[in-house]
Amino acid sequence: MYTISNRLKTFSIILIVLGVLGVAYGFMTSHKSLEEVKIMLADDGHGGGHDVPTEAHVVAGVENHADNTHDIGAHDATADVDQGVHDDEHAAHVQERLAKRPWSAMYVAAFFFMMISLGVLAFYAINVAAQSGWSPLLNRVMEGISAYLLPGAIIVVAIAVGSHYIGHHNEIFIWMNPEVVADDKLIQNKSSYLNIPWFLIRAAIFIAGWVGYRHFARKFSIAQDTAEPGDKSNFKKSFRIAAGFLVFFIYTESIMSWDWVMSVDPHWFSTLFGWYVLSGMLVSGVTVIAMVAIFLKSLGHLPLVNDSHIHDLAKYMFGFSVLWTYLWFSQFMLIWYANIPEEVTYFVTRIEDYNLPFFGMLVLNFLFPLLILMNSDYKRIPWFVMMCGVLILVGHYVDIFVMIMPATVGDQWFIGIPEIGSILLFGGLFLLVVFSSLAKAPLTVKNNPFLKESEHFHY
Amino acid sequence: MEESSKVIHAIYTDDDVLMAAVKKVRAERYHIEEIYTPFPVHGLDKAMGLAPTRLAITAFIYGVIGLVVATVMMDYIMIEDWPQNIGGKPSFSYIEGMPAFVPIMFELTVFFSAHLMVITFYLRSKLWPFKEAENPDVRTTDDHFLMEISAGHNIDEQFDILRNTGAVEVTLIDKAH
Repeated sequence: MYTISNRLKTFSIILIVLGVLGVAYGFMTSHKSLEEVKIMLADDGHGGGHDVPTEAHVVAGVENHADNTHDIGAHDATADVDQGVHDDEHAAHVQERLAKRPWSAMYVAAFFFMMISLGVLAFYAINVAAQSGWSPLLNRVMEGISAYLLPGAIIVVAIAVGSHYIGHHNEIFIWMNPEVVADDKLIQNKSSYLNIPWFLIRAAIFIAGWVGYRHFARKFSIAQDTAEPGDKSNFKKSFRIAAGFLVFFIYTESIMSWDWVMSVDPHWFSTLFGWYVLSGMLVSGVTVIAMVAIFLKSLGHLPLVNDSHIHDLAKYMFGFSVLWTYLWFSQFMLIWYANIPEEVTYFVTRIEDYNLPFFGMLVLNFLFPLLILMNSDYKRIPWFVMMCGVLILVGHYVDIFVMIMPATVGDQWFIGIPEIGSILLFGGLFLLVVFSSLAKAPLTVKNNPFLKESEHFHY
Repeated sequence: MEESSKVIHAIYTDDDVLMAAVKKVRAERYHIEEIYTPFPVHGLDKAMGLAPTRLAITAFIYGVIGLVVATVMMDYIMIEDWPQNIGGKPSFSYIEGMPAFVPIMFELTVFFSAHLMVITFYLRSKLWPFKEAENPDVRTTDDHFLMEISAGHNIDEQFDILRNTGAVEVTLIDKAH
């Protein structure tokens, strides 16, 4: 039986504390007065005094932005009265974006860790429903990681709605802001779907369904441990609810991705967005399963998990990375080719303002896994899988970042203290919840009919 | 030289028995020439001590060749030779129009990799159309497994060992007709 070590506990608590400090710093520095924003923009416009990288980025962004919406004169200190009005509007706009940054940073990190545990839960259900023979030895690992789903999903929804109710004009989802909706015909047409009560009801349904499945799957799995030899009733029950859950999941996952991710850009939509988010969550989930399994095995807790199990997980990491690329590209190519203004604006913003993360994540999520994990022998080397896993997780964090940030902070983005603080905060919480849950039951299942096959699994 | 053309054929009726026999025979330091089985036996190559296949490396190389061919081909067709305006996409630069060419690059990578890998496999296993089967015994296409061992100086001892491993039939064959 695994017990969470004090060192790990302290480590996660330190992460959480550092994270809280980072997030607090983000909130304290994000609310600037209009005057301060104007001074900042004016300073940047004159192209002087960028001593910190944050400002350098802001400068690049602001100039682009100015080119798009106003003319170059917007930066001129001797602008005429008309220009002055423009300046005010522009500064107010930038001010809102700056205020949204700490919220968005928290939201991206919270969603990223929630997505991992949801992906793991789906992967677990697939293996149970498919009655896969190789996986039962990893069942407890997967159950443990999915324990973060309940707190994680609640945090995501709380941040989404909290950003509207706390503070002024800093909501992540602009359709929550009645002033924006009042001037926006397109959002008005969608407001019967995109409104806060219905958003919360849907979120409650998703979370209840996912967490409900997770609760019963875990219960039956533990009950099977102590079942009489030959008694497979709990195993059968968990098979049935897994099949049912997968049907529920594929609908709710899609709707969740529209609600929680796609609707940050309420004018834009993509019909395969649900699949795209799903592939990202599966690859991150499998990666974390592999990393946790390797970690526990290195402590001697999973003696029966052999190289072939790691090999299989690494194959899934490879395969789902390619699936993610396929879906990402399918979405990108159709929009790029059709070039319809209301669709293509999504990628124009990302390529112009987010060039490095947008293309960088393609390298991290496609090229690296493709080249690194292609060789069969490398997939059996734990530290190798671990390093590749880190790259994949970074890549998929950036993927979520590029999904959310352009709609909220626009060109005022940077991966700085608020973003890293949020990752530490939710990463620490994730570790604490997951490893506490892992410590609650024996790490190897008993009496699972496929256990023998899993023990002897070899490739 | 007379000795080396002689081989012993041991026939088994079960793949697990065959696997155990392979290990035993190798432990006795006899050279297994070849094994004929009706279906691929998992792990047999490792038990026989065959070198790992290099087919995967060739597959990667062929894939890269396919990718290069697709790139050069599309660049020649769509950019150099006859630029066309398709949906207003850049017709003067390969890299800017690349998203449109990605499906072709992908398909040709897979095409080259798959076809050339199959052809390599056939060449390497000395298989080609109308080739006569090498099976020494037709039963190996049905439900029997045949192990071919080069005959040593002490044939009787070899016979005993093979019978002890569960061979249902052991025969001495002179390959030099």
